[in-house]
Amino acid sequence: MRKNGTGGRETISEAVTFINARLIDPASGRDEPGGVLVKDGLIADLGGQLRRNAPESTRVIDCKGHLLCPGLIDMQVFTGEPGQEHRETLKTASQAAAAGGVTTMVVMPDTEPVIDQVALVDYIQRRARDNALVHVHVMAAMTKGLSGEEMTEIGLLQRAGAIAFTNGKASVANTRIMRNVLLYAKDFGALIVHHTEDPHLSEGTVMNSGEVATRLGLPGVDKAAETIVLERDVRLVQLTGGRYHAAQITCADSLAVVRSAKARGLPVTCSVSINHLALNENDIGSYRTYFRLRPPLRAEDDRAAMVRALAAGEIDVIVSSHDPQDVDTKRRPFAEAADGAIGLETLLAAALRLYHNGEIALLPLLRAMTVHPARLLGLPSGRLEKGAPADVILVDLDQPWVVDKAQLRARSKNSPFDESRMQGRVLLTMVAGNLAYEYSGAGRG
Amino acid sequence: MTSTLPLASFTRRHLLTCEDLTAGEIGALLDLADTAAEVNRQINKKRDALRGRTLINLFFEASTRTQSSFELAGKRLGADVMNMSVSSSSMQKGETLIDTAITLNAMRPDILVVRHYAAGAAELLAQKVDCSVINAGDGAHQHPTQALLDALTIRRAKGRIAGLKVAICGDILHSRVARSNINVLNTMGARVCVVAPSTLLPTQASRLGVEVFTDMNEGLADADIVMMLRLQRERMQGSYVPSSREYFHFFGLDQEKLARAKPDALIMHPGPMNRGVEIASTIADHSRSVIRDQVEMGVAVRMAVLEAMGRQLPNR
Repeated sequence: MRKNGTGGRETISEAVTFINARLIDPASGRDEPGGVLVKDGLIADLGGQLRRNAPESTRVIDCKGHLLCPGLIDMQVFTGEPGQEHRETLKTASQAAAAGGVTTMVVMPDTEPVIDQVALVDYIQRRARDNALVHVHVMAAMTKGLSGEEMTEIGLLQRAGAIAFTNGKASVANTRIMRNVLLYAKDFGALIVHHTEDPHLSEGTVMNSGEVATRLGLPGVDKAAETIVLERDVRLVQLTGGRYHAAQITCADSLAVVRSAKARGLPVTCSVSINHLALNENDIGSYRTYFRLRPPLRAEDDRAAMVRALAAGEIDVIVSSHDPQDVDTKRRPFAEAADGAIGLETLLAAALRLYHNGEIALLPLLRAMTVHPARLLGLPSGRLEKGAPADVILVDLDQPWVVDKAQLRARSKNSPFDESRMQGRVLLTMVAGNLAYEYSGAGRG
Repeated sequence: MTSTLPLASFTRRHLLTCEDLTAGEIGALLDLADTAAEVNRQINKKRDALRGRTLINLFFEASTRTQSSFELAGKRLGADVMNMSVSSSSMQKGETLIDTAITLNAMRPDILVVRHYAAGAAELLAQKVDCSVINAGDGAHQHPTQALLDALTIRRAKGRIAGLKVAICGDILHSRVARSNINVLNTMGARVCVVAPSTLLPTQASRLGVEVFTDMNEGLADADIVMMLRLQRERMQGSYVPSSREYFHFFGLDQEKLARAKPDALIMHPGPMNRGVEIASTIADHSRSVIRDQVEMGVAVRMAVLEAMGRQLPNR
């Protein structure tokens, strides 16, 4: 598999030494005081010997004991570029990413036009190179126009830099097409990332089915809509041997399917969104449309099951599923509003809630946003080790703050965490040796 | 043609499949075909081995080369040849295959050459008629005379078949040519590889006695023969492969991929070719391309098969 470039930013020549840091590398389990030397865009050295002593002629950044870890890799980011730039561009999304500690974002093909051709992959890469603050990789469409009917040029798209393949927000309903896509992608070692939701069961539904939907008088979708397609897909993986990643699982039933597939040695992995770890259907309250998501927020027992599975390492990846929607699509009656929530800038802070609540330890939490997605996507980042790209973030684990959507950098403001109290914030984000974000203290964070 | 060849070894009434042909039978047919090839290069190509016999070409699928090749072969052997194609047949009016067979049988033909889109159709006909049946292609099952003409082309160019590495590339899943060739080449002692994207490989392909590759560069390594298969248009649009462009990039035979084969490797294609899809135009016209020889040997092999079967026909 070809490794994509990095969005093309030029590396600076100035060497930087981070001293006096708490180094955390989720890949190796390292958690110790030390420092990191960055040269030519790469991690040139790290360890306890750099804790107090920076090599000469390097710029020194005193971390004051705060946590220094690999930048986050977000495998599921929707933008509006091309086609819906009023919602989000690669540039504004990357600004939100940098402020949230995300140094690599994988953008989804659900744009206008759909990213299903080599020239469009190339377009995104050039736009990202010229405008984005963080690494941008393209997840290309696996069927033409995301229609689920004809497979795309998976081989040529991969050569052009597509890092994985997906059908975006829609499941492929045609089982034969799904089989053939998995089979064909296998020849190229390509990863298929699939949103699992039975289109017939979910048609016309706007939230999870259950007591809350019943009380609100809203049409709900059964969890089975997710699990049925996931089970089918696992059978097809067994048949074809193709590499498969469930784009988001949200309930214990789906978890059982993934767990059993892994136990059988199948190349099956999964993500969960930060929303499904931090929120549940009760947050919808009185028809708050920022909590209208797809897959929908589930009941508390499913949320708790997701967190436990994450802690146990059964869920591989956390995604923000950043999905900018504007007032035109969100300020509507709940049943008529669009799905989706932004999340790049609040991903880490919301995840740290779980840590502060004692629901999960720091290392497994960070693994799901660094080394795990890096391995799945074949990226050299996501690790704090010599020779790795200098994609690092400095995090104050304890600093309290309150989310104010007006202060968020995303162009659309549909954050379900608006006015939430957070603990922990990103102080500095470095991408390929360049400073992409630095917390300025008071005011806008 | 002389009648001194060791044809005692081919005593079948029908030629339906290559699966059970022995090396002796294949060798005898190829020897006879060699002679026919010489006849075909003379000014007077007319022989009388099938004089008085009736040959019906019954084609349910469009075909140019196979049908005309059988027609010429029959005529050169002195038979009366009648062509029936689907557009003019009663099948268009809803008649079943078996009713058509019974009708034709009543006309007392001696040899029925049949092509049908359904696998097993030739065998079904053979059970219902009194004449000899030659399978000229049934679905994705068999096309015996194609495999024999390919074997003849290889044997004449290389002097042998045994020990050669033959790479059959392309739509193996839907190909009767591939299946027939795998049978004949294996029987004759060649080492057969198939190369295709996984979506165009039949399940358990290796059980046919071939090595299976999904990468052309690996599959073509050190090949003596590179046999390209036609990719049908309806398979190029996203259900099996994404596009003809991508197919050509990864599976089309071009100079670069051909360089993986032996320097004297032969290039074959059963036709009709899609230039720029499974084969680059320059490769189709390459000095090592024997695609035109295949067409010539097609007539010779069909004469050999018709003559051999003519000897099995009852003389009353």
